[in-house]
Amino acid sequence: MTLVLSLSDRAALIARHKAAIDGSLKTKLITVAVIGGLVGLFVYGLTTLETSLWKIIAGFGNLGSFVALMLPPDPGSFARAVIFVKALFETIAIAFLGTILAAILAFPLGFLAAKNVVANRVVHFFARRSLDTVRGVDALIWALIWINVVGLGPFAGMLAIMTSDLGAFGKLFSEAIESADRKPVEGVASVGGGKAHEIRFGLIPQVLPVIASQVLYYIESNTRSSTIIGIVGAGGIGLHLAETIRTLEWQQVSFLILLILAAVTAIDFLSNKLRFAIIGKRAV
Amino acid sequence: MTLAIDRSDPAIAAHAQLYRREMAARRLRTLLGAAIFLACVILAAIGAEVDPARFAQNLWRFPKYIYETLPTLRLSSLGADLAEWYWGLKGWLKLLWQTLLIAYVGTVLGAIGGFLLCFTAAANLGRSSWARWATRRFLEFCRTVPEIVFALIFVIAFGLGPLPGVLAIAIHTMGAMGKLFSEVVENIDMKPVDGLTATGAGWWQTIRFAVVPQVLSNFASYALLRFEINVRGASIMGFVGAGGIGQDLIEAIRKFYFTDVSAILLLIIVTVMLIDFATERLRHTLLSLEHGK
Repeated sequence: MTLVLSLSDRAALIARHKAAIDGSLKTKLITVAVIGGLVGLFVYGLTTLETSLWKIIAGFGNLGSFVALMLPPDPGSFARAVIFVKALFETIAIAFLGTILAAILAFPLGFLAAKNVVANRVVHFFARRSLDTVRGVDALIWALIWINVVGLGPFAGMLAIMTSDLGAFGKLFSEAIESADRKPVEGVASVGGGKAHEIRFGLIPQVLPVIASQVLYYIESNTRSSTIIGIVGAGGIGLHLAETIRTLEWQQVSFLILLILAAVTAIDFLSNKLRFAIIGKRAV
Repeated sequence: MTLAIDRSDPAIAAHAQLYRREMAARRLRTLLGAAIFLACVILAAIGAEVDPARFAQNLWRFPKYIYETLPTLRLSSLGADLAEWYWGLKGWLKLLWQTLLIAYVGTVLGAIGGFLLCFTAAANLGRSSWARWATRRFLEFCRTVPEIVFALIFVIAFGLGPLPGVLAIAIHTMGAMGKLFSEVVENIDMKPVDGLTATGAGWWQTIRFAVVPQVLSNFASYALLRFEINVRGASIMGFVGAGGIGQDLIEAIRKFYFTDVSAILLLIIVTVMLIDFATERLRHTLLSLEHGK
């Protein structure tokens, strides 16, 4: 017997499994409709967003010449380089302190917003919604508001990072607390512990590693957001970045970008090491 | 028989000694960690020019600012007050729609870019190791530089308007999605790939028929999540002149049009919440579609 399929056999095979080969008409129609809708919206977006081929070509031409002007990266003078490195330190300080303060303030809020600690529905609802509102406002907007309160400078930036993270941390912490195991809490209660004992010895040992790893992750991501907070005048390297871009000092721009990349990579590396040291090799 | 423990038993005493020593060492480690941490905090506080006195002195301005942004709404003339609060609603809605379109077009472009690059960046499919290395570094660069920095540069290259915003979001999205997509691709079942390779299929055919069917629903879910993030990002693009509602918001904040600030912020927050809600629903449907198979 050979494995060659005769033409008539093949035709019969296709006829028998026609439904499986063609697929269902409904799925096909839905797929076509979804793709058509997505592409249609995309094309509509392109036409309304003032994009023209000519503008794009001219823009990329400009961009090419900027990139050529960026090489080699050069801070201009040694004094400028010192100023930039100092601003970078300020940036990292803003991210670090903002995250830590947010975590400390969000810690009690997380318990307040957790269903298994505060069982009151109304409190739970309002705690969650206000955290959502705080989270919905970008750090850059918070920076603009805090500048009105404490004036220009890194302090306003730190407060902005703190406020925008407060919402995110509150939500994350309360979720960590809600997913904690009930048994240690019941164990503490069964030997006569009060509500405070339950939280201290039943809940906190479970949620602390999760929280620590989240805080580390946020320090990482806040280093990125605090690099831009200076664009509105709230301290850090963003001020110099915006200034050098606007005055077309391209070599300094590329120097600053390299500096930011190096700092972010270093912090990523450090926080990864720390995370493994705190929670062991398991992934969170 | 009782369960009483004889504390003078040398074996137990040795254990107690060991325990005490271990605990002392651990306490020392914790204290050392706390000391380093505290030193970092103090250093950072100096760097960030933290000034509790100035903070305490000016703190009253914060509730005052919030209070000033609140509109005057009287029950007797609620309609007129609301109309006054949202006097620019028509223009704002137009800008909000533009913001959403910037986020959408940027997400689509970025997703396409990430899709094209993720197969080269994945450890199990990337053919040459140097191409993989180069792609990964490129994606890393795209997602580490904040999108608003790209927007600042693009505004100068392309001129003011939504186009630089779209491109900035697209590049950042490409970097983030390329990484997520390549991680999804690294976790696929390799058997279909082996099967197609055995029939003599080329690289693109293998990807089209062995990889894409496995990863598509995950990709779509990530793209939706990214769209949600990009809506937030697009709402501040206007700060540097790259289109969207951020333009009006920064003007209102800078010129102290207090009630406008709260009106625009409320619009943004509500929009973001609605989109959060809708994309979460869609994502759950997508993921359950995959698990249902």
